[in-house]
Amino acid sequence: MQKTEKMKELRVFAQQIRVEALKTIGSLGFGHVGGSMSVVETLAVLYGDIMKVDPKNPRWEDRDWCVMSKGHAGPSMYATLGLKGFYPIEQAYTLNQPHTNFPSHTDRTKTPGVDLTTGSLGQGMSSAVGAALANKVDGRDNHVFVFVGDGECDEGQVWEAAQFAAHYKLDHLICFVDSNKMQLDGSVDQIMSHGKGIGAKFDAFGWNVIELADGNDVEQIYDAVKAAYEVSGKPTCIVLNTVKGKGCTFAEPSGAHSSQPTKEQWDEAIAFAEAELEKIKAQ
Amino acid sequence: MSFTLIGKHEKDSRANRDGYVTAMEEMMKADRNVVHIDCDLYNCINTAKLEKEFPGQCFNAGIAEADAVGVAAGMTAAGKTAFVHSFGCFASRRAFDQAFMSAAYAKLPVHIVGSDPGVCAAYNGGTHMPFEDCALYLAIPDSIVVDPTDYAMLHCLTKKLAASGKFSYMRMVRKNIIKVYEDGADFEIGKGVTLKEGKDVTIIASGIMVDEALKAQETLEAEGISAKVVDMFTWKPIDEELIVTSAKETGAIVTAENHQVNCGLGSAVAQVVAKNCPVPMEMIGVQNRFGQVGAQGFLQEEYNLTAADIVAAAKKVISRK
Repeated sequence: MQKTEKMKELRVFAQQIRVEALKTIGSLGFGHVGGSMSVVETLAVLYGDIMKVDPKNPRWEDRDWCVMSKGHAGPSMYATLGLKGFYPIEQAYTLNQPHTNFPSHTDRTKTPGVDLTTGSLGQGMSSAVGAALANKVDGRDNHVFVFVGDGECDEGQVWEAAQFAAHYKLDHLICFVDSNKMQLDGSVDQIMSHGKGIGAKFDAFGWNVIELADGNDVEQIYDAVKAAYEVSGKPTCIVLNTVKGKGCTFAEPSGAHSSQPTKEQWDEAIAFAEAELEKIKAQ
Repeated sequence: MSFTLIGKHEKDSRANRDGYVTAMEEMMKADRNVVHIDCDLYNCINTAKLEKEFPGQCFNAGIAEADAVGVAAGMTAAGKTAFVHSFGCFASRRAFDQAFMSAAYAKLPVHIVGSDPGVCAAYNGGTHMPFEDCALYLAIPDSIVVDPTDYAMLHCLTKKLAASGKFSYMRMVRKNIIKVYEDGADFEIGKGVTLKEGKDVTIIASGIMVDEALKAQETLEAEGISAKVVDMFTWKPIDEELIVTSAKETGAIVTAENHQVNCGLGSAVAQVVAKNCPVPMEMIGVQNRFGQVGAQGFLQEEYNLTAADIVAAAKKVISRK
């Protein structure tokens, strides 16, 4: 397949994830829209092309792992895994209903395809590192991907895990920092700034760092992951320069952590995202 | 369950921690998926030799307990049987959220080992003296919490926990302590051990307090008081049947723990007693206080964790019948 064709497929997949994630959260009427929207392009690249997974055997030993340490982006994980065939996508519309298998934050015991449980920020970084270490000592060639938020990088545990990963030369670990510049109480710069920058911090911790101008661009993400695969002896951090609420009519302008818009606003957001999907398909 | 009680109140010639190290060595040899993660304390529990022998099975996380527990959870998800060690204070307080969410809540049976429990932290002082480590881990649903009595039990329980498939917390005294059981003793998680039968009072103890309880039993016997002694090394799941039987047989209970009495062994026993067979109880343990620096002997006196304190409590509880 030509690369341009592949990129178009991934853009379509990304927008499908966006539509389904909006429908998933919209079925309840409120939730973590902002941080779910900013990661959909990366999820599309991973599950649409890069990752070795088997929807019929979610715990396949040689699979690539994906850990959503910013666990509140669960709805986008659920949309991705549903579209990938881990379960019928409609099941995700039970988000946060009593006894659902689709809770706000990703849970390995509930959702097929979710590799580790997250929610308490910073923790997915360490457990992803543990999975990558186990894979390495067992001689498996699979990769572990972990998403952390830029706000999440306030947590000291992120950096404990970062030093561990570099120390043990976990070159099959790739960390995406969803740098959407916003955290719950306001902008990252305003609430808790990151000194010389998150990329500079990972660099200082001994990681290979790739900074993307547009973290919502599937081609940039794809190229960065391919470049990361060529690096040996150190883990790679890909800093995604993203937009919180990306592509959602009510969430993108506000950059809010969680949203509870009106029914009309939901209808408008879903209709807009669906129209965008048709546009991307027609390109 | 099978054991031989020594009854001499003499210290083991071996460091207690070697009971753990030897069990790990045996397991690591047999199964490459058994791993030990430490927090810059290899040299405190003699696991450096394990790292030399099994380089792919021992990992030093540095002084980063929260990360170590998270790494253990990830390794467990990838098929490993992971033990994580730090001093009990850090293995509990410092890494509790990680133990709770990344491991236990995620149904990943990580095994946490906390050394220097309670007054055994001695010269490291109050900052390092966990009187609340078990309290924290008792609060985690479906957890196993054990306070082994000596080398033989530590050796046995390390292997039993590995095979349990459940999240666990185990206390571990590092230095030489009283050898209560002959080597090769076999214990069952969740089953208390009756060490002496008696009819006037039951002393339920664990860890370093078991030998104090045995000494107290001898003193009481000399005074004509018949005390039953139970080693309740599993705090959770606690042996309800043995507690109820003991309460019915003796009509009074004294618990003895190297831990605060709030949310500890005494509380766990009291829950069972109150629900099933209310009898008078006294609780030997730390009473709403922080730890402090000093020799272990001094600290046992200071916090009333001695055989004499158990004797006094036994007499008091019998008078309340």
